Amino acid sequence: MKGFFKIGWQTIKSPSAYYSLGFLVLGGFIAGIMFWGGFNTALEMANTEEFCISCHEMEDNVYKELRRTVHFSNGSGVRATCPDCHVPHKWTDKIARKMQASKEVWRTFFGTIATREKFLVHRRQLAENEWRRLKANNSLECRNCHNFDYMDFTEQSKQAAYQHSTALASGEKTCIDCHKGIAHQLPNMKGVEGW
Amino acid sequence: MKNSFLIYLLLLISLAPYSTMPAENEIATLRDKTTLSAQKIPNFIPKVTNNNIKKMRSFPMQPPVIPHSIRNYEINKNNNKCLTCHARLRTEQSQAPMISFTHYIDRDGNFLAEISPRRYFCNQCHVTQADTKPLVKNNFVDMRNVIKRSSTSTKAN
Repeated sequence: MKGFFKIGWQTIKSPSAYYSLGFLVLGGFIAGIMFWGGFNTALEMANTEEFCISCHEMEDNVYKELRRTVHFSNGSGVRATCPDCHVPHKWTDKIARKMQASKEVWRTFFGTIATREKFLVHRRQLAENEWRRLKANNSLECRNCHNFDYMDFTEQSKQAAYQHSTALASGEKTCIDCHKGIAHQLPNMKGVEGW
Repeated sequence: MKNSFLIYLLLLISLAPYSTMPAENEIATLRDKTTLSAQKIPNFIPKVTNNNIKKMRSFPMQPPVIPHSIRNYEINKNNNKCLTCHARLRTEQSQAPMISFTHYIDRDGNFLAEISPRRYFCNQCHVTQADTKPLVKNNFVDMRNVIKRSSTSTKAN
């Protein structure tokens, strides 16, 4: 075993005896493009709504609920897809979230939320995960589309304008503190602040 | 006996033209006068009034109507979205009107700390409004006008 590693290290350490420098540099460059491009393509493929709802857990529960809300169907026809709200858009944060998601793949294999009943049992926990994430990043995924700086308070109802110009403006509250359950149904909210 | 039979017959003859009148002219429905074989062009779905301005109640014990949109508000065994603003404990922050104290009384007359289960489902009485023409003619007269009318008629006598 030790010898095996030694041979490998020797190969990497010693200069190439057969291939030209040009081949190695150009080959490395092209291979780099292919691997990196392939990786990102696969990453983006896993970042689409079609991919998310290819699992019945997502299609039958959360996607079905989303279809009734304003984030799916509205006057202007702009809509949010799953990754718009559930995956950070910045690359490093996205990779971090994707690594966390490997646990979700594990759960899919074991069918933790394979039925509606099982899903409802876990709904509070699942919701809390997302609330915690959005609270920690100051509702970043909301703010990818909704920008406080461009909010026209005169277009909002009196109540909304009041809350946004005070609690939200001061940073005392973030979007998710009030806007829970806007895209999916809510779990039992007993004990949640504001309910 | 013979007389009453004659009266009955006369009545039947005089009412005959009404019985042949199509019923669809008398009852206003969402289908209006569309025949059964035709598909009606649907009415426009009116927008829900969302101006947060209180509407006057038509009579004192009328459940107040909702002057804002309630799209996707959940009222089920888990949650009641309305109460997150209208419950007593929430009104200071929300500045929304508190649900009436009657909603804390159960059917036996006991005052409860929380909303009474029989008053839990807000939409049973409270509804949103839309600015539309009424489907059915409404002869409702505010009771103040009834009083006014009766008092002027007594004065005239």
